[in-house]
Amino acid sequence: MTAIDAQSLELVCPAGTPAALRTAIDAGADAVYCGFRDETNARNFPGLNFSRDEMRASIDYAHARGAKVLIAINTFARAGDPGPWRHAIDDASALAADAVILADIGLLSYAARTHPGLRLHLSVQAAAASSAAITYYEKAFGVKRVVLPRVLSLAEIALVTRSISCETETFAFGGLCVMTEGRCSLSSYATGKSPNINGVCSPASHVSYRADSGSLVSRLGDFTINRFTPDQPVGYPTLCKGRFKTTVGEGYLFEEPVSLDARPLLPGLKKAGVRAIKIEGRQRSRAYIKAVVSAFRESLDALNGGRPDPIDSLALMTEGQTVTAGAYKKAWR
Amino acid sequence: MLQRTSQHVLRLPGIVAWVVRPLPLLPLQVALERLLAGILERHPDLVDRLSGFERRRVAICPSDVPVIIVLEPRDGTMILRVERILDGETVAARICGPLFALIGLVDGDYDGDALFFSRDLIVEGDIEAVLALRNAVDNAGVDLFGEALATLGPYAMPFSRAAQSIAHLWTALHTNARHNREAAQ
Amino acid sequence: MSRISLTLGPVLFNWSIDRWSDFYARIADEAPIDIVYIGEVVCSKRQPFFSGMLPDVIERLERGGKSVILSSLALPTLERELRYCAALADASQMVEVNDVSMIPYLDGRPHAIGPFINVYNEATALFLADGGARRIVLPPELPMPSIAAIAAAAPETDIEVWAFGRIPLAVSARCYHARLHGRTKDSCQFVCENDPDGLRVDTLDDEKFLAINGVQTLSHSYCNLICETRQLRDIGVSALRLSPQTCDMVAVSRVFRDVLDDHCDPEHALRLLRTIAPDTAFSNGFVHNTDGALYVME
Repeated sequence: MTAIDAQSLELVCPAGTPAALRTAIDAGADAVYCGFRDETNARNFPGLNFSRDEMRASIDYAHARGAKVLIAINTFARAGDPGPWRHAIDDASALAADAVILADIGLLSYAARTHPGLRLHLSVQAAAASSAAITYYEKAFGVKRVVLPRVLSLAEIALVTRSISCETETFAFGGLCVMTEGRCSLSSYATGKSPNINGVCSPASHVSYRADSGSLVSRLGDFTINRFTPDQPVGYPTLCKGRFKTTVGEGYLFEEPVSLDARPLLPGLKKAGVRAIKIEGRQRSRAYIKAVVSAFRESLDALNGGRPDPIDSLALMTEGQTVTAGAYKKAWR
Repeated sequence: MLQRTSQHVLRLPGIVAWVVRPLPLLPLQVALERLLAGILERHPDLVDRLSGFERRRVAICPSDVPVIIVLEPRDGTMILRVERILDGETVAARICGPLFALIGLVDGDYDGDALFFSRDLIVEGDIEAVLALRNAVDNAGVDLFGEALATLGPYAMPFSRAAQSIAHLWTALHTNARHNREAAQ
Repeated sequence: MSRISLTLGPVLFNWSIDRWSDFYARIADEAPIDIVYIGEVVCSKRQPFFSGMLPDVIERLERGGKSVILSSLALPTLERELRYCAALADASQMVEVNDVSMIPYLDGRPHAIGPFINVYNEATALFLADGGARRIVLPPELPMPSIAAIAAAAPETDIEVWAFGRIPLAVSARCYHARLHGRTKDSCQFVCENDPDGLRVDTLDDEKFLAINGVQTLSHSYCNLICETRQLRDIGVSALRLSPQTCDMVAVSRVFRDVLDDHCDPEHALRLLRTIAPDTAFSNGFVHNTDGALYVME
């Protein structure tokens, strides 16, 4: 474990399972984010997430090693049935989680009222992309940190961070939402399952792969979303990384299957006043967590020690086996 | 534990499939059942994580060994069957890839999504059942090698020595392959 | 049972100034619409084209008996866009909030919450109502039971539902029109104006699927809740939104009004709407809690 000084970027890492959480902490995570095993979190995938007992043991494991646990309760509570979401907040508070990551205004209001001592982080799913929006959440609910949506350039992140009083956290690695998070119904249009309500994007229950004369065809619900020849690396079966036809042209209309790798931008993010960087991938295995968290720990230690970044390729871990700096570079738009 | 430094997967040479083909399945079935029973005993949360996926059979199909392992979560445990072909077999899903890739997934050395992105792993059918199994196994943190040794009981020592030499050979092969690849780049 | 009102959402597409002003002139004079939302929601770069004509158009709509609400941007991030939010807040008309950024500028004054704000439950609706929201346009992906629960919990707030037109599914920092034409957002040359109903996006199997509109992605199908209007009224919905497309929106609004006034049965109305928009499939899956792309026959 590396102690966090006031200037260093906090490394926030994903964990879909207790084993992944232990792996992340052992590999040098300052904080781990994870969720309960139900639709209260935005990675409600089969076989993933934490029971209450697992969460308790995991928080003990983290705290014993000086790491934090942030519990993501970042879907939007179902109308007429707020129970599961409120219980998740109550339990996170009772289990002494270091913060909860929320997106729903109703839940933020509940948490601020019911658990005034509980630290609130604003999820990327809230899509607070301007200083005005972030200030609203700060004033209304006492939010202490905002996870910035992946729509801002580095210069804009610096500007926003300077004009608000809470901390900012930005994504630094992994799967890249092309659309503004928390405002995307593409998956529910094709499958009836909503990322915002059910916590699943491109749910596995609606994904199918079919071999078609040497090609791999991926379908989501009733729609074909991609076709790969045998030599092409593939990506997740999400609509925003699918191939489509238009009268102008055919191909990756929204984005190629690529992943974010912002390691070259870490000095810039630190200079911009960003407090924490986040690695995506609660659906990924221990092998991914170990490789990516170790690499980022090394990069951050190099940054803090004023040494050059020993950037090793993580491309083999990534979707499409290609990396991008995404919206952090303005030309991406 | 075998050291693997990247997601590159070594494939068994064709001779292995040729040698294995005439062997009877029953001893393998018995050995694997024993192995699985040991794993489930030491990792009860594995089956727990598969609740909701009862009776959804997943076929594990090593592409370089002519054997298929069918896993089925049922009645709070896991049923295993070894087959040569999936003739008339109703499985919900299939996971196909080189044997070392499949072992590496269980051991936590490989990332399933990365193997899928690189086309080393092919999944078909009920993707939900595949993901549930993959995630449950990854969380269990199974040490296949250690489990195999534990299963063998008093036979573990000689087997362990044999396995160690295979492991050394494998590592040597792997290092060699990596050097060749790097030289080619 | 109170009378359910019909609203016209803001034009989401980049229409030529002629098409835009002709459209609002006809709406003002002929359409049985109670509330007209007007203003740029999708891309701030389009806004200067019609802002000069806005006061005249608003006056004409008000003379035609319509209430006018000013729509705000769905994703303001730039300083210039925030200044535009501040300017909107000073207008005499009510403002439709399409991003939380807009709320602080309103300082508690009565406003409408637009469909781009995530109001998924009654607690959120009540919190926003406390902050001055008088109307809430619900996200189009909400199923009927959620709509009912929110309407029941917030009887003082007018609940409006997306009832006709392409469904907004996503918004991005990236402009897909520009990207498709090999340009960046900053050098787009307003290529989105070639597609006044959105640019059709088909699957590789030639199925009509989506439509792109600059930074916005919409459904290819038109949402159509004509057969659900009475059920929506019964659960306490007070307004239905018709979102402008290139088909005859005056005719569309007449059909909806006739059904709401019991002058026409929904099945006949559905046939009429098919003749008004013959080339585009309809969908109502979201309110039926299934794939949004589906049309569910009751």
